[in-house]
Amino acid sequence: MSRLAAAFAKGHPALVCFITAGDGDTAANLDALVAGGADVIELGMPFTDPMADGPAIQAANLRALGAGTRTADVLRIATDFRARHADIPLVLMGYANPMTVRGPEWFADACAQAGIDGVICVDIPPEEDAALGPALRDAGIAPIRLATPTSDAARLGTILEGSRGFLYYVSVAGITGMQQAALGSIEDAVARLKGATDLPVAVGFGVRTPEQAAAIARVADGVVVGSALVELAGTKGADAPALIRELTTALADAVHNARKVAA
Amino acid sequence: MNASQQRPNSLRTLPDEQGHFGQFGGRYVAETLMPLILDLEREYRAAKADPAFATEFDDLLEHFVGRPSPLYYAERLTAHFRELAPAGKGPKIYFKREELNHTGAHKINNCIGQILLAIRMGKTRIIAETGAGQHGVATATVAARFGLPCVIFMGAKDVERQKPNVFRMRLLGAEVQPVTSGAETLKDAMNEAMRDWVANVHDTFYIIGTAAGPHPYPELVRDFQSVIGTETRAQMLKAEGRLPDMLVAAVGGGSNAIGLFHPFLDDPDVAMTGIEAAGHGIDSGQHAASLRGGAPGILHGNKTYLLQDEDGQITEAHSISAGLDYPGIGPEHSWLHESGRVNYVPITDQEALTAFQLCCRLEGIIPALESAHALAALPDLTASMDEDKLLVVNVSGRGDKDIFTVADALGFDL
Repeated sequence: MSRLAAAFAKGHPALVCFITAGDGDTAANLDALVAGGADVIELGMPFTDPMADGPAIQAANLRALGAGTRTADVLRIATDFRARHADIPLVLMGYANPMTVRGPEWFADACAQAGIDGVICVDIPPEEDAALGPALRDAGIAPIRLATPTSDAARLGTILEGSRGFLYYVSVAGITGMQQAALGSIEDAVARLKGATDLPVAVGFGVRTPEQAAAIARVADGVVVGSALVELAGTKGADAPALIRELTTALADAVHNARKVAA
Repeated sequence: MNASQQRPNSLRTLPDEQGHFGQFGGRYVAETLMPLILDLEREYRAAKADPAFATEFDDLLEHFVGRPSPLYYAERLTAHFRELAPAGKGPKIYFKREELNHTGAHKINNCIGQILLAIRMGKTRIIAETGAGQHGVATATVAARFGLPCVIFMGAKDVERQKPNVFRMRLLGAEVQPVTSGAETLKDAMNEAMRDWVANVHDTFYIIGTAAGPHPYPELVRDFQSVIGTETRAQMLKAEGRLPDMLVAAVGGGSNAIGLFHPFLDDPDVAMTGIEAAGHGIDSGQHAASLRGGAPGILHGNKTYLLQDEDGQITEAHSISAGLDYPGIGPEHSWLHESGRVNYVPITDQEALTAFQLCCRLEGIIPALESAHALAALPDLTASMDEDKLLVVNVSGRGDKDIFTVADALGFDL
């Protein structure tokens, strides 16, 4: 079983945590996520023009680049993480240009060597899959796609074709870190997605608190938390790892036990 | 596969069904936008097939924009360059007078077309990005004309630099939203417009200002701007009884250039020169010449030549002309460059300033700094073209908006 499949087969919903590579002490922040109980980690690959991100993650991208973070640093962070944590799946999330600039095969190979399990490329929809998807699948890296409230049944089929790992449901049509969707609409959407695929469905965008995370975990296979963690990484300096661990612990507790509480 | 193997029999049939011009173009957008982009494409195909759409577009271009714009024989500029050129050289220079359009530039042609599409699609809110403010003013103008609320995203630095245009947009009823992310210029305004669009897809139409962005924008902007080349063709046939030998236009995103060039792409005897902004010079690193100084990459929904570093991070553009100050270029230009059909040439800030002044004094026309870049190619082009040849420069906009920038560059205190 792949690391990603195993993370969604623990008998409880998975907590998926995002931070941006190169923003603060990334190794310490990643370790804090693991210690806090994150089941899957998304590592943001910084880009100068993060068009789909809200203010918190935009700022994290610019801080990381301002600190001199290069693609080689992102890959080194991943390689070192894999050396410390053999079992936690690591997903790289970012934008097309940094991922494809040296060619898709180069990137897929670099990801494989760094122990990366999946890649979410925000601005490569299924229509442009050739730009990265085949290289990733050939290298055994899961291209993880996004479904949104605007994805109808026909669109969903297109999205799932070539999708691997898990399906990331973006619960609001918008940018990262903003408002949260109504729970009822999330529940309906997840049911619809689960009817169309065997892949686990993780829900994100706008999830900030353990309470919100628990509510989603009752209906989804996973919950993604990003901006709230990124804000800690960016604003708390040397205190960030401890605070990230604290928040992750609360989130993991809420997510892992959500269904017990409900029952 | 090299460019010549990809070249179809006609150069005017692209993009293909997936929105690609060879390896360029495409639809590199977040999944949230995909259904909307596909909708827009369907609606555009339907509009193209609907004679009523063309009738309304043409009527507005005639009575609201003031088309056709004249094709004007620039007699004194022609004489000037004949004097400088070797004996027998120095073609007849014509100006395509896009600066005489309502709002003072070619931008309005595209805005008319897109707002008609927005209305067809039942969208009730308009957004746009702007750099110098020309596209913002043109968008605010059509939004006012059709009674739709309009938000213009503009880099905070540009808001400061382009106060008259900010005030024009506000007079026209638009909300100008200063963008404080990134370098606070055009690229960041476009990022912010895309963020707004992603969050408001249900009611919002994004009027993109140039022949770039995700498919079908490069195609539809080109089609709306092709009125420039279609008119030029008829006007030149009437004036001289034959087609021009050379077309010249400045290229930022490249909508005025593709609008002039496209109707002539299959005429092998019509040569074309696109002018990129070389800023302080290509070697200085401070320029906006994506073809000469960039490499293919993916940004703002399309694959095209971009200014970027080896990691694919986008680098800042520089040009004295705010309308050319963008690190990318429309994907069809990238393809025309690689296929060799159009020759792209860099022109520096300084060369553009010289041409700006020359045009003012010899022709009584204050050109936009964008258009001054095209005019700055004339010394080289005219020196090698015979006297009996015909050359057309697209004077894409008027320079009133640029007088503060030019005064500053020339050391005048207004």
